[in-house]
Amino acid sequence: MGSNGKEPIIRVRGLHVGFGAKTVLDGLDLDVPPGEVTGFVGGSGQGKSVLTRAILGLVPKQAGTIEVFGEDLDRMSLSEHRALERRWGVMFQGGALFSALTVKQNIQTPMREYLKLSQSVMDELAMLKIKLVGLPPDAADKVPSQLSGGMVKRAALARALALDPELLFLDEPTSGLDPIGAADFDELIATLRATLGLSVFMVTHDLDSLYSICDTIAALADGKVIAAGPLSTMLASDHPWLRAYFHGRRARAIVKQGRAAALASAQGIEGAR
Amino acid sequence: MSNSISAAPNFSVERDGETVRIALRGAWTISASRALEKTAVAMSAAGKGARRVAIDFAGVIRLDTAGAWLIDKARAQMAASGAATEYQSLDADQRILLREAAYAPAERELRPKRNRLFEFLIRLGVWGAMIGGNVATGVSFLGELAAAALRVAFNPALSRPTSMVFHMENFALRAVPIIVTINFLVGCIVEQQGIFQLRRFGAATYAVDLIGVLTLRELGVLLTSIMIAGRSGSAITAELGSMKMREEIDALRVMGMAPMEVLVLPRILALVFSLPLLTFIADIAALGGGMTTAYLYDGLGFQAFLVRLQDAIGLNTILVGLIKSPFMALVVGMIACIEGFRVQGSAESLGRQVTVSVVNGIFMVIFVDGLFAIFFAGIHY
Repeated sequence: MGSNGKEPIIRVRGLHVGFGAKTVLDGLDLDVPPGEVTGFVGGSGQGKSVLTRAILGLVPKQAGTIEVFGEDLDRMSLSEHRALERRWGVMFQGGALFSALTVKQNIQTPMREYLKLSQSVMDELAMLKIKLVGLPPDAADKVPSQLSGGMVKRAALARALALDPELLFLDEPTSGLDPIGAADFDELIATLRATLGLSVFMVTHDLDSLYSICDTIAALADGKVIAAGPLSTMLASDHPWLRAYFHGRRARAIVKQGRAAALASAQGIEGAR
Repeated sequence: MSNSISAAPNFSVERDGETVRIALRGAWTISASRALEKTAVAMSAAGKGARRVAIDFAGVIRLDTAGAWLIDKARAQMAASGAATEYQSLDADQRILLREAAYAPAERELRPKRNRLFEFLIRLGVWGAMIGGNVATGVSFLGELAAAALRVAFNPALSRPTSMVFHMENFALRAVPIIVTINFLVGCIVEQQGIFQLRRFGAATYAVDLIGVLTLRELGVLLTSIMIAGRSGSAITAELGSMKMREEIDALRVMGMAPMEVLVLPRILALVFSLPLLTFIADIAALGGGMTTAYLYDGLGFQAFLVRLQDAIGLNTILVGLIKSPFMALVVGMIACIEGFRVQGSAESLGRQVTVSVVNGIFMVIFVDGLFAIFFAGIHY
């Protein structure tokens, strides 16, 4: 059960994933509640990306079940799986934009594949997504190599949102962004979550993101989820890695500022409107 | 699957004098695809001529950005034709969604008029400038290469023999089977045709002269160079290009290592040493092919073939081929490196430069061979 009492949108049970003799995920259980932003933390090389890739079906698993939208991925036909893939959007860490296509064409790729829309509406919707993620309109006709790192992230988010998915996977969305850009991005995700009713599964290292937009946090260590719940659960945990992570020097500074900053930014947003 | 949300988008219209009430129903989401687009167009037509239009959201089961955008676009069109429009029974989420996805007409950019003749002339000019630029790049690259080679020659500590031997293994040793095979086959073919044509004059044994001179002077080195341009030239361009794409070359530079010394020189030197060796092997393979065919078609024994061959060729014949080969290597290597460094950020650009590298490499090999033919004829060698 998720923290808001609804059926989890992703339910993972007893997941084993390994490469050769090395076991990465060892009987992992995870629930992702719907309509929330779930942050997923863990040390480098602990298998955060492997879990995401296993849920997405990019990495084969040795044992365990994965249910998304209440359906077991193993018991799905190919066509059901393709239908499912329309309901989620994925933003890869490096953006994974198609380098030969412009930003607009990148966003239209899933539309073209799955929908029968006229070109003019696809153009309009692509421009809408571009506006929605905060890119300037002239970015539409640029190819990814002409974009800055932050713009690539936004373009990748626009592509992930092309089909208005219900579930959004974000792999390190704020890595490589400056703090202002990262805060903007967090706010963008929060807005999208509120407007589109998205469930967001976010792999992140960014303590600011965890504090400001994540409703639930799950922590990964030794191939298992060692703690899951709201931030207070994380702060109260005794696990040494979690203590180091949430009570480290960088974390303490953010906690201290956390309340004041949240208040100020809330007022700032109200003032701007 | 949750099919409850897949109810098709539709609407009903109530007209009351100059006021029109449009009640929306169903799921206005992008998964309705074409139906969504058509319904939105129909909706904007329904409000035509009205003074007031009220759009009611009470029956909307689900709304996403695409739906909100199309509804707002229809509303904007009605508003543009002079109607006062308003939304009714919005819930909080729909209100935010409509605000975020508010319709904004795309600004059309003006394109300047084009004249076909001008376009053609511009293209011609660009093309000419590109060729000139290529020549200039080639010359300056050769200069840089020479400077790097001299630096290394005066300071042998800078040389990278391991790297060079590694590349020689790839360029030369691993290419031996394919070089031997194609040259053997070409030797067979040339000898066979030579026998057929010369037999009519009763001079079938002169086919040995033909194969000896043709192979050693031209075919051996040409075929080998073309093969290496396709095999190793493309590999060099792809390697350097992907290093360029991933900023590895910039990384080398900031660590104080000159890409010219670290990447280019070992590869080009490896090619320059490899190609004569491969050419020699190619010559022998082609002669072997000729010898086999001469025996099969003309009954000429191996010993007779070799005696005839000894009369037909001199040391200069084989040297002509071998002297050319390092120059071919230089041409192929330089073009491959230049094109590798020209790769921009995209995968498409990598593919394009590899193609250019191979095509230009083969072209220049044949061109340089032509220059050498004139040169050697001029000095009667």
